[in-house]
Amino acid sequence: MTFKLPPGLALQKVDERIMTLNVGPQHPGSGHMRLIVQIDGDYIVACDPDPGYVHRGEEKMAEYRNYILNIPHLERPVIHDSCNVLYPYVLGAEEIIGIEVSERAKYVRVIASELNRCIYIMYWLAIYGIFLGHSTMFMWPAGDRELLIDLMEKITGARVTHAYFVPGGVRNDLPPNFEDVCLRQVNYFEKRIKEYAAIFYDNPILIARTRDTGVLSRQDAIRYGTTGSVLRASGVDYDLRVKEPYDVYEELDVHTNVMKEGDSYARSKIPWLDMLESCNIIRQALQKIPKSGSVRTKLKPNPKGKGLDSVYKRVESGRGSLGCYIVSDGKVEPYRVKLSVPSFRNLIALPNLLRGEKLGNMPSVYWSLNYWPVEADR
Amino acid sequence: MSVIAPKFKLSEFIKSLLDNVFWIILLLVLVGLPAVFMILFVIELPVINGELLTPFLALTWLADPSRILPVVKAFMGTDIFRVMAFPGFGFAALLAAGTIFVERKMLAKLQLRVGPFYCGKFEGILQLMGDGLKLISKEIIIPAKADKPIFWAAPVLFVAAAAAFVAFIPVAPGWVVTDVDLGLLGVFAVIGFFPIITILSAWSANSKFPFIGGIRALFQMVSFEIPLILSLLGVVMLTGSLNLSEIAASQSVFPWIVFLPVGAIVFFITMLAELERIPFDLPEAESEIVAGWLTELSGMLYGLVQLGTYLKLYAFAGLFVVLFLGGWNGPMIVPQFPAEILANGITMGPVTLNPPGLPLFTQEMLNGTLMFILKTAGVIFFILLPRGVFPRIRVDMLLNLGWGKLIGLAFVNIFIALGLLYAGVLGPGGLQ
Repeated sequence: MTFKLPPGLALQKVDERIMTLNVGPQHPGSGHMRLIVQIDGDYIVACDPDPGYVHRGEEKMAEYRNYILNIPHLERPVIHDSCNVLYPYVLGAEEIIGIEVSERAKYVRVIASELNRCIYIMYWLAIYGIFLGHSTMFMWPAGDRELLIDLMEKITGARVTHAYFVPGGVRNDLPPNFEDVCLRQVNYFEKRIKEYAAIFYDNPILIARTRDTGVLSRQDAIRYGTTGSVLRASGVDYDLRVKEPYDVYEELDVHTNVMKEGDSYARSKIPWLDMLESCNIIRQALQKIPKSGSVRTKLKPNPKGKGLDSVYKRVESGRGSLGCYIVSDGKVEPYRVKLSVPSFRNLIALPNLLRGEKLGNMPSVYWSLNYWPVEADR
Repeated sequence: MSVIAPKFKLSEFIKSLLDNVFWIILLLVLVGLPAVFMILFVIELPVINGELLTPFLALTWLADPSRILPVVKAFMGTDIFRVMAFPGFGFAALLAAGTIFVERKMLAKLQLRVGPFYCGKFEGILQLMGDGLKLISKEIIIPAKADKPIFWAAPVLFVAAAAAFVAFIPVAPGWVVTDVDLGLLGVFAVIGFFPIITILSAWSANSKFPFIGGIRALFQMVSFEIPLILSLLGVVMLTGSLNLSEIAASQSVFPWIVFLPVGAIVFFITMLAELERIPFDLPEAESEIVAGWLTELSGMLYGLVQLGTYLKLYAFAGLFVVLFLGGWNGPMIVPQFPAEILANGITMGPVTLNPPGLPLFTQEMLNGTLMFILKTAGVIFFILLPRGVFPRIRVDMLLNLGWGKLIGLAFVNIFIALGLLYAGVLGPGGLQ
């Protein structure tokens, strides 16, 4: 009988040239995880990501709560992207419970989820900036994010964890005169993020540092099962909002940003282009949204599934396709809830991207994967 | 029953006041006066009205305040004043503190923040003092496996080397701590100490991240010392001197940056690298190697390294000003000391004061200091600015820049200087 030790504990052959670095979990450049990096001089020989420090048992908790009570805790894995991380669960729960959603509610959901996508990407961009030692790129997105957070606060009443989507629509209607305020803020936001190109994306040092580092080819990107910005930066035109439109995305004109390079620079630029695209989508949705109507279909207390039933729904979150698999056995609680998260899929590519890179590229390649440790651990 | 505010009693208030007065007088008599006497015994006292001022007579300024000026003037002529206060450590530390304040506020304005705001009445001006007090009061933690004597000594050596660097910088005509003929060589020698101290500190910590940071610092400083030295050779050739005061004085007509812009650019870039400023802050790259060679330093050891870093920053900016921007030369904007005060004294109502020893500073010295501070502040501003604009670069890019490009540009600069000399534009028979 062989007993296999976890990666960090296994005894390894000692090589005089190789130094093992524990990057994380108490390291400013790792997030809530550990990267076991082996370096030979300045070159990375091997990298072993070790997630699992923030496992919260979200999926198991979901089996003890009914379909409504699951909402506030299932958004916890990515609190900055809480609308999108809840979206597939709500879509699935609606199908299991069997209720219809009004047209206005669908548009409100699209607006909220696009706003939330921008909020998440701004947070991600801030950390990407500080990982590259660019402190202005940390402060600017962290400040401009407030514009959209204020909008979300107007809609939902909460600044970060909104718990806004419910089976049957959204929790409450948009505030009066919201369209004008939203249009103004989003236009200003778009103007601000276009300025980032001058200081960050067109910065010669940034381009020299991130071009041709951590290149993920198109074949590898598909083979590893990466999604979202990582996949699109490798030249695969894949966006669930276009390929499998949910709610009202098929009525909106969504443009997919694709870059062919597959390097850190492309992976860092795609989310920024996504933000510009989100601004377009929000403007379209604000035009097409029905001016009146209900935003929430009345639910029975303690809604139940119809019987033995399972459903898998997925949406395009800020990091890629995020799926939720719900199995119901006809009780008030779901039998099983499984989140299929993009962060973990993207992390799989990391050891292969870092092998042979220089140590200085580690933070930029790692964070360009659009990885969110809490989401991967759930 | 607990009382939040104790009851106010006039008698206790007066008693506490008297206590304070008692302690102040006691400290003054036991510490202050001996210190004053020690200084008075060291300095050469002036002659007033044909009478040599003895230390005891000097104390008669309590009765005749006009005598304080000659004593102060005599004190300013001593080496201890030069080392401790004006062109030396005190002046440099003051400018360094100003640099930290400006850096924080400027960076904050650039990044849509307010920066330090609450400490002190005006715009958080006392924040640095608060940080210093915090660092002093913190426990110094030494890693168990560290080489303790070297680990302790390295930050102290770092500050000492930075202070030695400051001593070479001439601020005004005649105002320099060490006016040696091989001043520039001395500067190179002192700069050569920094990588050694850095690698000592990093290695003695016996930890992985400081080790990597120390190696990076060693790479960076050693590979940028060569273009640093080469970029200054042009100035030395045109001036024909290694004495920094003479180099500064030689630029009374035009600064050397007019003729040697390439050398100035190369020196500025190498300066950023030697100072470990962004974009060359690889030895302290936070997201890769925590804090680099500073990782294991804590408390005031870290504070000393920071102090040394900013002293070094001032010294490099001052060196740039002296070598390329003309040092203290500039338009005379400080007014002449009023001649009538020298002749007639200061008339205040019925009393006419005619203090000996005026003027305290010459016009040239005040103007030179002002020009030097203005130019140094400008250079420091440009040293600070990249921090808000650029990300960090990588080791291979850094070495490529240092060995590949900057050394080549430094040679171009030397050829420009040689061409100017042989064409007779500058040097003997030329403009100067």
